Amino acid sequence: MIFANNILTIITFLPLLGALFVMIVPGNDRLAYANIKRIALVTTLVTFALTLVMWSMFDPQNTSFQFVQNHEWIGNVIGYRMGVDGISVLFVVLTGLLMPMAILAGWDSVTKRVREYMIAFLVLETLMLGVFTTLDLAMFYVFFEGGLIPMFLIIGIWGGKNRVQASYKFFFYTFVGSVLMLLAIMAMYWYAGTLDITKLLKVQFPPEMQIWLWIAFFASFAVKMPMWPFHRWLPEAHVQAPTAGSVILAAILLKMGGYGFLRFSLPMFPDASLYFADFVFFLSVAAIIITSLIALVQTDIKKLIAYSSVAHMGFVTMGIFTANVYGIEGAIFQMISHGFISGALFISVGVIYDRMHTREILAYGGLVEKMPKYAFAFMVFTMANVGLPGTSGFVGEFLVLIAIFQVNVWFAAVATLGVILSAAYALWLYRRVIFGALTKESLKSILDMNPREMAVIVPLLILTILFGFYPAPILDTIAPSVEALVNQISQSVGMGAEPILPH
Amino acid sequence: MNSDIISFSSLAPIFPELILTIGAFAILMAGVFMKKQVSASLVGVAIGLLVAVAALILVFPSDGVILNGGFIQDSFARYMKVLVLAGSAFALVLSLSSANENALDKFEYPVLILFATIGMMIMISANDLMSLYIGLEMQALSLYIIAAMKRESSKASEAGLKYFVLGALSSGMLLYGASLVYGFTGQTQLDEIAKIIALGDRSIGLVFGLVFLLAGLSFKISAVPFHMWTPDVYEGAPTPVTAFFASAPKIAALALLIRVVTQGFEPISSDWQQVIIFLSIASMVLAAFAGIGQKNLKRLIAYSSIGHIGFALVGLSAGSLVGVQGVAIYMAIYLTMTLGLFAAILSLKYDNIYVEDVSDLAGLAQTRPFVAAMIAVFMFSLIGLPPLAGFFAKWHVFLAAIEAQLFVLAVIGVLASAIGAFYYLRVIKTMYFDEPVHQFAPIPGELRFIMGIAGFLIITYYLTVGAPLANIARSAVSSLF
Repeated sequence: MIFANNILTIITFLPLLGALFVMIVPGNDRLAYANIKRIALVTTLVTFALTLVMWSMFDPQNTSFQFVQNHEWIGNVIGYRMGVDGISVLFVVLTGLLMPMAILAGWDSVTKRVREYMIAFLVLETLMLGVFTTLDLAMFYVFFEGGLIPMFLIIGIWGGKNRVQASYKFFFYTFVGSVLMLLAIMAMYWYAGTLDITKLLKVQFPPEMQIWLWIAFFASFAVKMPMWPFHRWLPEAHVQAPTAGSVILAAILLKMGGYGFLRFSLPMFPDASLYFADFVFFLSVAAIIITSLIALVQTDIKKLIAYSSVAHMGFVTMGIFTANVYGIEGAIFQMISHGFISGALFISVGVIYDRMHTREILAYGGLVEKMPKYAFAFMVFTMANVGLPGTSGFVGEFLVLIAIFQVNVWFAAVATLGVILSAAYALWLYRRVIFGALTKESLKSILDMNPREMAVIVPLLILTILFGFYPAPILDTIAPSVEALVNQISQSVGMGAEPILPH
Repeated sequence: MNSDIISFSSLAPIFPELILTIGAFAILMAGVFMKKQVSASLVGVAIGLLVAVAALILVFPSDGVILNGGFIQDSFARYMKVLVLAGSAFALVLSLSSANENALDKFEYPVLILFATIGMMIMISANDLMSLYIGLEMQALSLYIIAAMKRESSKASEAGLKYFVLGALSSGMLLYGASLVYGFTGQTQLDEIAKIIALGDRSIGLVFGLVFLLAGLSFKISAVPFHMWTPDVYEGAPTPVTAFFASAPKIAALALLIRVVTQGFEPISSDWQQVIIFLSIASMVLAAFAGIGQKNLKRLIAYSSIGHIGFALVGLSAGSLVGVQGVAIYMAIYLTMTLGLFAAILSLKYDNIYVEDVSDLAGLAQTRPFVAAMIAVFMFSLIGLPPLAGFFAKWHVFLAAIEAQLFVLAVIGVLASAIGAFYYLRVIKTMYFDEPVHQFAPIPGELRFIMGIAGFLIITYYLTVGAPLANIARSAVSSLF
């Protein structure tokens, strides 16, 4: 029982312990670096194993929070509270899954300042896990915002040519968005008298206040997501970040925005969410169409995938604010599946970048001749990115499209058209990079994936196809909590005072 | 009027100040008569004296009002005095390794620091416009001399002169305000002033006096628009002196300001709140923008300290217990960050030159990883990023502002903190993203110790000091409400 009660604390702070070990490894030679990498890998693998144990102990039928810890801490305002429910549990597992991949992705390509690199990633893992496991609103902010520090350094130290500008842009977009949320959190504290998320979920805020709180939270999550037109920091951050940084950024950091919408905006401010739903749908559809079009003209592979991430996050925001079971389940599924698909895509780009040191699409072509295994893996992930039935990318998008169809046919129609665009840019990318004649001199000696790269790619490949055909493990875990959430929202809309009619 | 000092033990509330005064004179005598090469050991004695007095305040707290209501010792005063004593003691430690280069190896230096500290303690305990002024001037006169102590340096002399002229001007304003307040209430004791104000209507002359009083005090805490001296003095004074200026005197002046407005002018709180809100917004915004262009590290820290005073004033603007508690926590964290940061800066010496410019730090992460990591921690904490202590400092003051429904102030404040992040990040960028240019001399042990302790407290704030500090600060400020 002691283990079960503390499992979230153990999972969250284990990477920090690993970071401490990395810090005290003596020496700065190759041997020390090898040890540092091993410590980081083992730490993340053990964390992943623990998240799986936690998932197996998790009872999906119980819609309240599980593995709960609750202590008052700073001045009886900020507490130490932990717990997961069906909505957050899978994000914890996803984080656990992708961290070892990220560590492996930088195994050979990171040669300078390995110690700081691994510390940054391990600290980042603790902060990301904390976002999904904490049940204190102030601590949520602490973890949410704290991630800026390691990510700023990761982009700035190990990034590409324009890394300084990219890291600044990343920092300021996210920081400005978040500080307003901080004030909203304080306002919620003075209204509700607590920062305990379990209690806040039961508080009915007055509609007038909900509007302001919703806007403040939206400022933060929309930037993090990112939603069009707040996405400008993302392509640059992705392009400049090292491979592992891009993986974590796309696979987990972006999901914090979606998680925030689901955990706070929707259940705590239901009236405001209804009031702003059309606005969100509009931005989501705009994201799907506009960023897909932008992706079509990109010449940099990473940038193209970054824009496609924005488009896919459009489906997520749309699904969340339909506030029905299909939409929210679809949104969560889409986030999980996009987590490993986009992670895999960035790792794939990293594979050829490590060999050729360029991300220009035009520098490639005909890779299938020399890299058949790579060509196959990249194809599966491209198809999953398009949302082809049989891959995990299909399930989430399909559920979201059903949900939005029930709410608004026009948005549904336009969003569906967006899927065609995503097929266009993804397939065209694939054709230009993998197919065609292998004419470029520099590509003639390129090698296929090595065992380390296979070890990263193959599990993601299996998951992509497995969840495409058999999504039940994910949907079963989230369904009861999502249903409870939808019920709660539909009951509490208009409860605060006189209702605000949707226009 | 009869004296309220009837026995030796009735002096207990003022024992710390008395001990410090006697000790300071003893050190002065020792310095005058022994003269040769004793300054370092005198600094050691002064540090020991400061620590002993702090221990006395902590272990044998003795509250009370004496000197006919002019001097008050309460939990708030004790809290602030411990901070001030810690600030002075650590500032003396910081000066040890570079005393020679900065011409601080004179026996007058520890003596003046001690006199300044006594002045600050009287300010903190001042319950009367008279004792307020005595404390303030005692502190200020010592500081003017310390600023100009490096006699052969024209920059230091300029700093001392500027500080003196502007300081005298502000003292004049303060005195004028005090005389108006006395004229319209007939009282100089703070709680008596509050009683008189509560009885009658608020006269315009009184408000006039209040504004002048606040203007004079704003100069001492270097709140905008009375901040002009700060960058020049910080830049011109020797770095250990700057470390001292940036820590203890700020805390004392802010404590004085808090006591004056919450005790003396409590009945017209909406009047002084307007002024504080204006000072707060002006300080935060100006510092955020003006800091961007700074190349000199000490000027950058000057603007940073102006901004942080603005943030601390956010808490005071609320005028509530939560707000003043926030200010008390803010000052403790600010003190830790400032001393740690100066310890780091003072430890960086190349070719016998101490770093002055941000660009001197280029590539520090590769040549001196520990110092770079510590500076980065202090910078991120000064920005106010969680989970570092600086975030919790801002948390407490903004929480009070939101409670008082000062939404505009809060929004401007957080946006200013985002803009201000730019210049802090520049320092980190220089250390971590750029390539090294200088080879630095070894780091003195005591500086490594100070920055290590400060860094540890700031990183682990949530786990270690956060909860106890919040409780201590709460019980400390409860004596004001």
